[in-house]
Amino acid sequence: MSGGLYSMEARDFDTTLDLKKIKPYGDTMNDGKTQVSFTLPIPCGNEAIEAAKQLMKKMGFENPQVVFYKELTAGFTFFNCYGSCVHTVDFTTIHVPKVEATTWDMHQTDEYVKENVGRKLVVVGASTGTDAHTVGIDAIMNMKGYAGHYGLERYEGFEAYNLGSQVPNDEFIAKAIELKADALLVSQTVTQKDVHIQNLVELVEMLEAEGLRSKVILCCGGPRINHELAKELGYDAGFGMNSYADDVASFIAQEFVRRNKK
Amino acid sequence: MQKSKLGLDFEKVGYAKNIAKKIAGDVQSFVENYTTVAVERTLCRLLGIDGIDSNAVPLPNVVVDSLMEKGVLSQGVIFYIGNAIVETGLNPQQIAEQVSDGKLDLTTLPVHPKQKIDAAIMPIVNASLDRIKSRRARRENYLNTIGEGSKPYLYVIVATGNIYEDVVQAQAAARQGADIIAVIRTTGQSLIDYVPYGATTEGFGGTYATQENFRIMRTALDEVGEEVGRYIRLCNYCSGLCMPEIAVMGAFEGLDVMLNDALYGILFRDINMQRTMVDQYFSRIINGYAGIIINTGEDNYLTTADAFDEAHTVLASDLINEQLALIAGIPEEQMGLGHAFEMDPSMENGFLYELAQAQMTREIFPNAPLKYMPPTKFMTGNVFRGHIQDALFNEVSIWTGQGIQLLGMMTEAIHTPFMSDRYLAIENAKYIFKNMKSIGDEVEYKENGIIRNRAKEVLNNAVELLEVLQNDGLFNALEQGKFAAVKRPKTGGKGLAGVVERGANYSNPFVDLMKQRK
Repeated sequence: MSGGLYSMEARDFDTTLDLKKIKPYGDTMNDGKTQVSFTLPIPCGNEAIEAAKQLMKKMGFENPQVVFYKELTAGFTFFNCYGSCVHTVDFTTIHVPKVEATTWDMHQTDEYVKENVGRKLVVVGASTGTDAHTVGIDAIMNMKGYAGHYGLERYEGFEAYNLGSQVPNDEFIAKAIELKADALLVSQTVTQKDVHIQNLVELVEMLEAEGLRSKVILCCGGPRINHELAKELGYDAGFGMNSYADDVASFIAQEFVRRNKK
Repeated sequence: MQKSKLGLDFEKVGYAKNIAKKIAGDVQSFVENYTTVAVERTLCRLLGIDGIDSNAVPLPNVVVDSLMEKGVLSQGVIFYIGNAIVETGLNPQQIAEQVSDGKLDLTTLPVHPKQKIDAAIMPIVNASLDRIKSRRARRENYLNTIGEGSKPYLYVIVATGNIYEDVVQAQAAARQGADIIAVIRTTGQSLIDYVPYGATTEGFGGTYATQENFRIMRTALDEVGEEVGRYIRLCNYCSGLCMPEIAVMGAFEGLDVMLNDALYGILFRDINMQRTMVDQYFSRIINGYAGIIINTGEDNYLTTADAFDEAHTVLASDLINEQLALIAGIPEEQMGLGHAFEMDPSMENGFLYELAQAQMTREIFPNAPLKYMPPTKFMTGNVFRGHIQDALFNEVSIWTGQGIQLLGMMTEAIHTPFMSDRYLAIENAKYIFKNMKSIGDEVEYKENGIIRNRAKEVLNNAVELLEVLQNDGLFNALEQGKFAAVKRPKTGGKGLAGVVERGANYSNPFVDLMKQRK
């Protein structure tokens, strides 16, 4: 860029933080600076750059800059852009439903189960439907766990059964009945065309038909799942990216005790 | 004697290969007594039976199911089709159509002498072999004329679900520098016991492997290959319940690379191990004959098991896969044995361990076009760090001379690759491969250093594991969860019902002819 290293743009905006009107932060409060990249189905050229800039403006960016562009194949041009976002969000009114549990480490949860339940909680997990990916359920359940967070198999307070991948919902339920599961974990990694939603809903419906829904703690997890979605679909909790066995174990233990106190 | 940069003990390597050979031999003595519905359907296809009935059931399934229902599949389709040719004078396709229409029952025809059956079937067998040979010659001609990219081959995936959209993505990737295009299969295809028919435009997380889809993509890659002056290889997945059928479709349509692991389906798709062992043998014979590079799936172990602690299981499995492939007549030059860059990025000296393992694998399988898989397990959605992880992976690859580089995408764990993701991945690899081209020739590893010691440790552990496997047998080892920490019972899993012991009239002339390269 020939503009030099230092920004000479005038800062004619208010640089005090207002939580009612937050916007992206580059290096100065309220500068709105945002990085965007996308591909447009058009050949490379000045017209393409102009199209990218106009699109940035429609997306709500002032002073759009196309800093890099490259025709990936004939008729498709890739852009890296920067701009200043004009939109703001009122942070003070935001409410996001969260899993209502305190996350403990393995020993705390084990101790809690020992004192308050007095037996091992039976957890059955699977990647259900056509989903062949076990990375999610393994991260939560396998002895080794993930990123330093031990999985449920290592917990003293849990008896964990990982049924693996591509488990049909009816088989999953049959196994849950056989093992007298206290909690069920469903992992969904493949989410193309929302196949995970259909599959998750089907499981809830089948559990209800069997009269089992209220008898188990039902959790789902996966990269496209969050707690709000899980609740909407009829689950007790949903665990998205960056959640670990600790989160799941703490929730199951606390929820089990909460339910059985009544 | 081969010289090792790691100070590897090649006597120990030889010892390990010898044990692996015995383990594979044990498996083979089981395999030779059995056939499966998938093997028999493959023979139908090799005899020229294709197409579907009014319910979209493939005719190979119709024929094989009709024999299975009568309880006579043990005699094999070669016997029944051959006999029907002698009796009716029809060709295999016409016979299959008549079976489908209910006009012909193969099991009630008078039985003709073996000599006559052989005489009827062998011209068809030879024509089928010629068809595959001419496909192979076509590839060789391209390699001799327009040439190919240098190793490591850049391998990228397309996965739109729609074969026509896949073509757009694949051609774009080839223009950007990709050498191999893999069309990811739709989720769940490995568990269906037939191969769908025709061009398909609907799939989840991938596109159905069908013979027509193979043909469409091969045509598109030939077109773009001629344009860029580089032969572009096509890869698909010869795994699941239709392993050998996919192999024969690939052989007919000019595929170049096939995922074709002996153990993967057992461990990760819960397919019965007896079924898989019988299927993998014939599928590999076909791949070997067609000049197709097979890729094994050891990298998958490390998505469930830890890349540092379980590195020796990858090596042990590579050694067994190599021996099973040799039994099936696959030359070393077509063995894309697998491993992966999957160590936790937070691990101190993780790069050195990766380098040690990659160099070790290179030296233990010097002629194999090793398939090296990118980081996936520790890709987090932080695309910026992800791009760096992929860069480190590319560095190890050029440094140690890997054969097939499955390019990492910085958006791994987020979505199937955008066109731009693939561009950035190829740019990353090309930059590093060029900038660091000769580093492997320049740098030596310190005696008694971290890298040499790591390689030695992994080899020692692999030998110990192989010794255990030799005593227990591979089937028992799989039951005990020795690979990928996954346990599979010998009589459990999907597809066992399709395994049949061979009967007195059974024959499969393709096995010997293909292994002898006739």
